Amino acid sequence: MISPETSPPRSSSQSPRSPSAAPFLSISVTDPVKLGNGVQAYISYRVITRTNLPEFQGPEKIVIRRYSDFVWLHDRLAEKYKGIFIPPLPEKSAVEKFRFSAEFIEMRRQALDIFINRIASHPELKQSEDLRTFLQEDEETMERARSQETGIFKKPADLIQIFKDVQTKVSDVVLGKEKPVEETDPDYEKLKHYIFGLEDHLAETQKQAFRLVKRHKELGQSLSDFGKAIKLLGACEGNSLGKVFSELGAKSELLSIKLQKEAHNLLMNFEEPLKDYVRAVQSIKVTFADRANAFRQHCELAETTKLKEINLDKLNLMRSDKVREAEMEYRELKAESEQATRRFETIVRLMNEEIVRFQEQKTADMGLAFHQFAKGQAKLANDIADAWRSVLPKIEACTVSSQHG
Amino acid sequence: MACPIRGPFFAAMPPPDLPAPPPPITAVSPYPTRRRRWRPRTLSSQAGRPTSHTSLPPASVRAPLTPARPSSGRRFRDVVTLADQLAEAYRGFFIPPRPDKNLVDSQIMQKHEFVGHRRLALEKYLRRLAEHPVIGKSDELRVFLQAKGKLPLPTTTDVASRMMDRAVRLPKQLFGEWAAAQVVPQDIVQPAKGGRDLLRIFKELKQAVVNDWGGVKPSVVEEDKEFLDRKEKMQDLERQLTPASQQAEALIRSQQDVGETMGGLGLAFIKLTKFETEETVYSSQRIQAADTKTVATAAVKASRLYQELNAHAVKLLDTLHEYLGLTIAARSAFSDRTSALLTVQTLMSDLKTLNTRVEKLEAASSKIFGGDRSRLRKVDELRETIRVTEDAKSCAIREYERIKKNNRNELDRLDREKHDDFLSMLKGFVISQVGYSEKIASVWATIAEETSRYARDNN
Repeated sequence: MISPETSPPRSSSQSPRSPSAAPFLSISVTDPVKLGNGVQAYISYRVITRTNLPEFQGPEKIVIRRYSDFVWLHDRLAEKYKGIFIPPLPEKSAVEKFRFSAEFIEMRRQALDIFINRIASHPELKQSEDLRTFLQEDEETMERARSQETGIFKKPADLIQIFKDVQTKVSDVVLGKEKPVEETDPDYEKLKHYIFGLEDHLAETQKQAFRLVKRHKELGQSLSDFGKAIKLLGACEGNSLGKVFSELGAKSELLSIKLQKEAHNLLMNFEEPLKDYVRAVQSIKVTFADRANAFRQHCELAETTKLKEINLDKLNLMRSDKVREAEMEYRELKAESEQATRRFETIVRLMNEEIVRFQEQKTADMGLAFHQFAKGQAKLANDIADAWRSVLPKIEACTVSSQHG
Repeated sequence: MACPIRGPFFAAMPPPDLPAPPPPITAVSPYPTRRRRWRPRTLSSQAGRPTSHTSLPPASVRAPLTPARPSSGRRFRDVVTLADQLAEAYRGFFIPPRPDKNLVDSQIMQKHEFVGHRRLALEKYLRRLAEHPVIGKSDELRVFLQAKGKLPLPTTTDVASRMMDRAVRLPKQLFGEWAAAQVVPQDIVQPAKGGRDLLRIFKELKQAVVNDWGGVKPSVVEEDKEFLDRKEKMQDLERQLTPASQQAEALIRSQQDVGETMGGLGLAFIKLTKFETEETVYSSQRIQAADTKTVATAAVKASRLYQELNAHAVKLLDTLHEYLGLTIAARSAFSDRTSALLTVQTLMSDLKTLNTRVEKLEAASSKIFGGDRSRLRKVDELRETIRVTEDAKSCAIREYERIKKNNRNELDRLDREKHDDFLSMLKGFVISQVGYSEKIASVWATIAEETSRYARDNN
């Protein structure tokens, strides 16, 4: 039995995607395996937890989880930790699931890995009991826990519908379409405006990035076709010129492969991080809705409490025998109101911390994505230059021979 | 007997007083009239000036090109006429093919894209004609480029009206009397098909069938094995050039798409930068905005480099297209040869028939004491026909030899030029790809370096 470190876990300002030194909690989502048949088919993932934290059962634990398990965890956290930006999940995507292309599976795996590690490195979320359940319980327990939730979230179709409702509700509530019980904090207004605008801009860049991936694939295909055709053309020509053609064709085919590779790299390391942040921004909007609800509750309860107080005073003056009852009601209501106010204030406080954290994470994650993008493009361009450059000697040889011949 | 090589068209033209070759064509510009007209411009023409002067070698005299009046611009129909004239006058040569007619409805005709596309195609066509060592010096081309006013109506009128012309003579033809002077030796130098002589068309068709079905060995065959080899090679080249030029086009389009999308990405990042900068609250945002800006700038730069690279790659495509056009022109030149040979064969077979008839008549006549006056008259008529046919045959053989020579010269020229042209095409392609890829690589390498701290922090 290894005795774990007893020093308290370090809080915040860590690089978001990697664990801290010691103590640590590191999770990897690996090994996607397709199970089941036809409509029932799903992907299962191996979730490996490595940690030295005392709350966990041991230094390493491996469990098998599927997408719905991740959804369960997400929803539980969203319920319990209002005010915190819950890391986003990849989309359910009922359509692509049937095709289960290798690319799709890899994209999803990566997104789930990022999701779980973000939770593990969040100062509050990492302490969640639900997280420990998710990481450690056996599959039967997990399934039971998951099915208990189906009371609220039934089938995927319902989930999508509810999500849509939440989205509209969020916009309505946040934009103040539903009636006027809303904050007038100017900084908060600014934040809301920023987040909505950010979503649009990020979505646009993600769209372009996705298009760029597609163009790379298409260029790869064109290079391959061109290479083949040029080689055949070379066969018509004789000797040294023919050799130049076939060398050109061979390089063209080689570059085609490199382009497909870069297309994949672009997708996983540039486009997906952008998509990830679009989702993250959408998650923030959910928190806005939570805050608006909390604010409304706090206001309503404060209002109701005040009325009750006035009524109580009135009863006191009248020396009515309803006073005792009214006083009890008033005290209950006051407690509730204070609770609601506390909830609201917690959300505000958490959000202020979260937004700082979000911006720092965004800068780091996007910075990394930019780095990968630039590195990939530079390598691709160099590979292209190298490949074509290697044809030059043959061209020179051809020129020389034709000059002498 | 001298056979004029040029068609009857030139009978109507005044003799040219300047032997200067037409100047190199650099541009064709459309100008807006209800029917598209084209104004070929040459080297030193300036935009906006209605007339332009050419910069020719010192010995030549400048020739005014395009007169100001719109009616003297060229219509596409004139181009078709020019192509037909050249095909008639320069049999056996590899004449660059003219742009397609593209019989489309008027709505599409008006579209700017179509106009631009046709304009480019015409430019290329005229330039290639001018670059041809023989055709570039031709009168037909010079007239097309330089003559004031409308071009004279083409003599290659449609078959229907030609048939109407000759319908009158048809009954005599059907009764096989050549002596009605149907055959003018000069006409022999034109192929039968598309021509005016129905009887000749029928005869040559019959001969072709005889040849094909191998029942009778034709008296003159294409024995030139070397020619057949080269023809085979030319067909091979055509077969490979077609997919090669298509794929080159697809490649350029893909490269273009990558460049455009990269530009779109850069633009989206610029907008994001602007947004982040406007809404900055936190210091990390400022850093992010700076990062986004550098990426945006790089993406736009890369996009521009892609566009430039493509402009070079288009030249590659052009060479492939040009040679594809030449293989098609070669096909046409080879079929000129075949039809000329067919004419010779037909005439030879005719002569054989005629001579046989004469022999038979003479034999029959000699059996009658004192001769058979009507038969002998027939013999004289036949001998006259034979004489005319012999002349036609000599003409046809000369024409056939001429076309053979043209074929051979053109094949030699093509072989020479093809090697150099292909080589310089490949070289140009490779060098531009290398150059631009290096530039693009360095743009991104800078960004990778500037953002490398994010990778280090991650590890």
